[in-house]
Amino acid sequence: MTAAFSLHDVTFGYDRHPAVHHLTGSFRVGSMTAVVGPNGAGKSTLLKGLIGHVVPLGGRLERNGLRQDDIAYLPQQAQIDRSFPISVMDTVLLGHWATNGLFRPVTRAQRREATEALLAVGLGGFGRRPVASLSAGQFQRVLFARMLVQNCPVILLDEPFNAIDAKTSADLLRMVVAWHGEGRTVVAVLHDLDQVRENFPDTLVIAREPVAWGMTAEVLRAEHLFQARQMAEAWDDRAEVCRRGVD
Amino acid sequence: MAVYAALIEPFVEFGFMRRALVACLALSVGGGPVGVLLVLRRMSLVGDALSHAVLPGAAIGFMIAGLSMMAMSLGGFVAGLVVATLSGLVARVTPQREDASFAAFYLISLALGVLIVSTHGNNVDLMHVLFGTILAVDDASLLLVVSIATLTLFALAVIGRGLIVECFDPGFLRAVGAPGAIVHFVFLALVVMNLVAGFHALGTLMAVGLMMLPAVAARFWAGEVASLAATSGVIAFGSGYAGLLVSYHAGLPSGPAIILVAGGLYIVSFVAGPRGSLRVRLTPRRHLEA
Repeated sequence: MTAAFSLHDVTFGYDRHPAVHHLTGSFRVGSMTAVVGPNGAGKSTLLKGLIGHVVPLGGRLERNGLRQDDIAYLPQQAQIDRSFPISVMDTVLLGHWATNGLFRPVTRAQRREATEALLAVGLGGFGRRPVASLSAGQFQRVLFARMLVQNCPVILLDEPFNAIDAKTSADLLRMVVAWHGEGRTVVAVLHDLDQVRENFPDTLVIAREPVAWGMTAEVLRAEHLFQARQMAEAWDDRAEVCRRGVD
Repeated sequence: MAVYAALIEPFVEFGFMRRALVACLALSVGGGPVGVLLVLRRMSLVGDALSHAVLPGAAIGFMIAGLSMMAMSLGGFVAGLVVATLSGLVARVTPQREDASFAAFYLISLALGVLIVSTHGNNVDLMHVLFGTILAVDDASLLLVVSIATLTLFALAVIGRGLIVECFDPGFLRAVGAPGAIVHFVFLALVVMNLVAGFHALGTLMAVGLMMLPAVAARFWAGEVASLAATSGVIAFGSGYAGLLVSYHAGLPSGPAIILVAGGLYIVSFVAGPRGSLRVRLTPRRHLEA
C-alpha cells in the first residue's frame, strides 16, 4: 500500500513551539481520513504542513513524488477577500492553474469544464455573478467547483462545512465521498463526529500529540475523545527544549 | 467661439500646454490601473509612502547632475525600489506587517531626502522636487512618461492574473506554488515607476494624487477590475485636462489644480455615483421580487 504522505516523527509548529507534536504515520493513496480534535489541537497546522506552508520543526515528511499542483487545498474561509470584484466564473476558472499558470489563455474547453463544475455544485447560471453577492454556503460551493476543475489526486479540506447549512454540507459531502470513490486521497478536518462515523473510513484524533490513528470505528471511541479533551492547550513561554527521541 | 477659446484654444496656442496634456494622458493611462490595484490590495497608503520614499534618490540625482531629468528619475526609481524591497523583505522574514515596515522605511527615506535637499540645494530646487512643473515638461520628460505608461500596461497584462489572485485569494496562489512574491515585487516596481513619472509633472507630493484619487473615485462607478481601471484612467485624464485649463485661466499652479479637480471628482463620485454612493443610500427604491 503506497502512501501519499508519510510522516516520520514529524513536529510542526510556530516559533519553536509545537502545534503538532511527534506524529508518525501515513495517509495512504486513495484513503479518506477525517482529522478531529479540540480547538488548538494542530489540525489546521497539520494540513498546512502537508501542503508545505509550514515546514517541519523536526522529523521528516515525505510527499512521495506528489507535485505541488497535485494537491488541492481548501483553507478556512477567513483568508479569502470575498468583497473582491471577481466573477464566479473567473474564480472557478482559477482551478485550471496547473495547466494555465500565470500566462496561458483560458480555452473554450476549459470554460465549458468550469460551467459544468458550477452545474455540479448546484450553481448553474451563476457564472457572471460577482462573488461578493454570494452567501457563505454558495461561496463554499464555488470553491468546491474550483476543486472539481483542479481535478487533483490529493484533496485537503480544512473545516469545509463550518457555518454551512445542512443541505449544502450534505451536497458537498456527497462530492467528497465521490472523490474518494474515484480513488483520490482525501484529508478533511471536521468537527461533526456523526458525519465522520458515517462517511470517513479513517480517522486521526489529535490534540497536539497524536491520540489515535486508524479505522474510524476503532479510533472514535470515548476514551480517545476524553483523552483528547484533557490535553491542555498549553503554550508555555518557558517550555523546556523537547528531548524526545534524542536521549 | 467662447467655448473654443476656453476649452481648446490654450492647447492649440501653446506647445507647453499640449505637452502637459499629453503628459497627463500618459500618467492617466499608466497610473489609473495601478491605482485601482493598489486600492484593491488595500495598499492605498503605500502609494503615498512610496511617493515620499522617492525623494532622497531624486535629490541625490539632483546633487550629482543638477536639474537632469534622467538622473533624478533614476535616483528616484532606485530609492523607491530600495524602500519597497526592504519593507517587503522585513514583512516576509519577520512577523511585522508590511504597512508597518513601509511606514518605517519611507520615513527614514523622506528625512534623508529632506536633509540632502536642504544641505545641497536652495529652496527653489526643493520646491521643484516637491511640487514639480507640469508646464515645463520638455520632450525628454515626455518621452520618459509615455514610455513608463507603455511599459506599465504591458507589464500589467503579463502579471495581471497573478496580481488579481494575490489580492483575492493569496492562499490559493501559495497552494498551487505560484510565485506570488515575484508578482508582488514587480507590481511595487510599477508603482514606483509611475510615481517617478508623476513627480516630473506634479512633484513628489502630488504625484500620488493622480494615481489614487481617480482610483478611489472609480469604485463608485464600476464593479469589475477592468472597468474600474478604465474608469480610473478616464477620471484621471479628465482631471488633468480640467486642471490644466483651471490653472491656465486662473493663473494657479498646475499640479495642485489638477489634483484638486481629481479631488472634486472624487467627492462628486461618492455623493452621486451609481454604486454605493450617498445618493443610492439616501434615495432607497422599492425592493425587488428576488
